[in-house]
Amino acid sequence: MGNTVKQDTLVGLFVAIGIGALFFMAMKISNISGISDHESYTISAAFENSGGLKVKSPVVVGGVRVGRVVAISLDQKKFQSIVKMKIDAQYNQFPEDTSASIFTAGLLGEQYVSLEPGGMDDLLSDNSIIEITQSALVLEEIIGQFLFKDKNTETTKKE
Amino acid sequence: MIELLTQLGEKTRDSFTKLGRSSFFLMQIMAGTMDVLRRPALLSKQLYSVGVLSFFLISISGLFVGMVLGLQGYYILSNFGADEALGVMVATSLVRELGPVVGALLFAGRAGSALTAEIGLMKATEQLSGMEMMAIDPIKRIITPRFLAGIISLPLLTALFSSIGVLGGHLVGVEMLGVDEGSYWSQMQAALDVYDDILNGIIKSFVFGFVILWIALFEGYDAIPTSEGVSRATTRTVVNSAFAILGLDFILTALMFGDI
Repeated sequence: MGNTVKQDTLVGLFVAIGIGALFFMAMKISNISGISDHESYTISAAFENSGGLKVKSPVVVGGVRVGRVVAISLDQKKFQSIVKMKIDAQYNQFPEDTSASIFTAGLLGEQYVSLEPGGMDDLLSDNSIIEITQSALVLEEIIGQFLFKDKNTETTKKE
Repeated sequence: MIELLTQLGEKTRDSFTKLGRSSFFLMQIMAGTMDVLRRPALLSKQLYSVGVLSFFLISISGLFVGMVLGLQGYYILSNFGADEALGVMVATSLVRELGPVVGALLFAGRAGSALTAEIGLMKATEQLSGMEMMAIDPIKRIITPRFLAGIISLPLLTALFSSIGVLGGHLVGVEMLGVDEGSYWSQMQAALDVYDDILNGIIKSFVFGFVILWIALFEGYDAIPTSEGVSRATTRTVVNSAFAILGLDFILTALMFGDI
């Protein structure tokens, strides 16, 4: 009888440690406590070019993560990229003239949407559309411009 | 020529009947599930021999796999000045691939072979037929508890393997080689997703546990009841489980992460 109790205890310990490991993976390795799906509202913004922005990219205000990108689609009329974002419900005090820009974390890091709150009294609500946007910086374009400029100066020197 | 064809036909028929027998066997196992859930003492005993006894093997292996990943990852990543991404590399490879696959391979070697040998010997010493004589269904009494215990144990052991592996990578990368601790954890947390990475890894280990237990129990139950037959069945369990794990891993990875 004592043997069975000891076995049961070890089995209990094993299952507890296993479930503990699952929790460790969820909390510490992948950070489930970040942004949850429930209690959020959706806003969208139209960008000329959304660059390397992806679904699940973070949305930050002043460096604090407030939500994430849930969908990126193309507006067939204006040929703009429509970025839908889910914002955590606790952050609901953004003025209506908030502007959105796409920045890159570091030189080669992932791209994210940064919101710059404006000064109006009306607040952004569910399904609002952000009017003022700034497109992503595409590195190739900048390099292209730089090279092109360089060549121009060289040719003028020759002349 | 005719002989060759006859052999080929025989082999084909053999493998098909084996497949049929094993599928029937699997259905019998499933049918016994409810009876086992009514008698959890049987399950607990098997959880001990399948899960608890594999615990140390899995934890120690996980620690060393994580430490090697930390070391190798650091050598390569520091070439690019990206050693902050060590945590991402260690955690992604462990959670997505190495945890489920290496865990399942070790589990097949440790628990699967033991189960085949145990059941094969029970058959060879006519314990199974003895039970049938006493009107006890050996599948419900012997096989199903082991099957359920294995399916419960392997995901838990895999979670343990991956977690200890991440800690092992932390030990080598952060404590010994001096990668920044904050970026080790925060980049890992930013890069890994609960559903995409961790849940998929656990689903993988469920599938592997199912297949390993099915192969191990069937080989034992189907073994030729001699000492040679049992030894061959044990070998087949380990070899076939390894093939099944690695093959299924490719298919599951393609379904879960890839756009093939």
